[in-house]
Amino acid sequence: MKRKIVTALMILISFLLQSTVFKALSIGSISPNLLVVLTSSFGFMRGKKEGLWVGFFCGLLEDIFYGRLLGMHAVMYMYIGYVNGYFNRIFYEEDIKLPIFLISVSELAYGLGTYAVMFLMRSRFAFFYYLWRIILPELVYTIILTLVFYRIIYTVNRRLENSST
Amino acid sequence: MKRRDRFHIPSKYILAALTFLCIGTMFLSFLTDFDGGPLNTVSNYILIPIQKGINAAGAWGRSRVDDLEDLRAVRSENEALRAQVAELTLENNTLLQERYELEDLRELLNLEEEYSELNTMAANVIGKDSGNWFDMFIIDRGSNDGIQVDMNVIADGGLVGIVTKVGPDWAQVRSIIDDMSNVSAMILKNSDLCYVRGDLEMMTEGTLQLNELRDADDEVEQGDKVVTSHTSAKFHKGILIGYVNELTMDANNLTKSGSLTPAVDFEHLTTVLVITDLKQQVDAEATESE
Repeated sequence: MKRKIVTALMILISFLLQSTVFKALSIGSISPNLLVVLTSSFGFMRGKKEGLWVGFFCGLLEDIFYGRLLGMHAVMYMYIGYVNGYFNRIFYEEDIKLPIFLISVSELAYGLGTYAVMFLMRSRFAFFYYLWRIILPELVYTIILTLVFYRIIYTVNRRLENSST
Repeated sequence: MKRRDRFHIPSKYILAALTFLCIGTMFLSFLTDFDGGPLNTVSNYILIPIQKGINAAGAWGRSRVDDLEDLRAVRSENEALRAQVAELTLENNTLLQERYELEDLRELLNLEEEYSELNTMAANVIGKDSGNWFDMFIIDRGSNDGIQVDMNVIADGGLVGIVTKVGPDWAQVRSIIDDMSNVSAMILKNSDLCYVRGDLEMMTEGTLQLNELRDADDEVEQGDKVVTSHTSAKFHKGILIGYVNELTMDANNLTKSGSLTPAVDFEHLTTVLVITDLKQQVDAEATESE
């Protein structure tokens, strides 16, 4: 129960930071994506099931406040969380390379997915423009953010695991 | 632990169920005007107070910084003047518009059109789109304050966007620079119709697309004012959108398109005015009074 409350709080805080503070810190109107970091981290730290729930709720929040189609982001984040769950087995706590790698791939998948669903479908074919202008800058910024926030997510998770056993 | 194991559902079933649920709601919101209903209300009570708090803290911090730079009195005066400028710009536009219209309509005896005074309500921007692809933002006024979907949003005397979703104490606004925005507009000086579209590719330069302008007499030049048109179904006419930046002839040799510089500074948007009259309402009242 405690775990669920803390997880819910983390999702809410991330979402709020994302839409307020990070928007103010954006560089060239690009801001990092904390929700992907959170979803992905929960995926590989806690497994498929928790990853998909965290992703679902992150996406749902985004859909409610900023979405056009309710459920679109929810599906996308959910699959990110679920797929990251497959790497739970090879996740070692001391290693930071795997988390960074997985979060980067997730972020890239998120960018490409958004482009495919929201832009390609409306016949916007300038893929490389979007890649250079939005997807890659967001990726770089998110990786920098990961170096800071992953530690926090990891520590919270460790505390919870220690208190539950 | 034992009890939990008994009710254990494999995660792939949860995934499949939620996927179907989401696809369902996606279709529902695409085909009908379902916008989340109770979800909007629930999230309202959880998130909006905190968001307002963060916003207030941010504004407080910003004003402390400002205090160091200049005197408080100058600031309040500046703010008052700014509001006045916004008001006057809007008024000036309406007047200019009226003058052009008067010339057009003088001959037409029966056509008597008057501007109903538009009511506005101030609102704070409390959150911006969490992704980088679109330009939606949320304001701290909602259905409790009388905000409805399709209300126009302005700032600094220019058009900002339109309300697309409403919760009890918040509303989602789609700005005109958003990639999916499309506003029916006209050139103020000769009433030629055109369309103003948001474009993610042009956003970097801070411009919008200007499309399908007829301009048969080659009158339109750089710097001309572009306002919302009378044919628009959702936007009140005569709200300043921006200024013509450049124009080129289309391949069909009939219409022109180019770019437009918006009148509003979208990067530093903190307070906006919502026009609380819907376009249809104003029209209905106008016909009633006749």
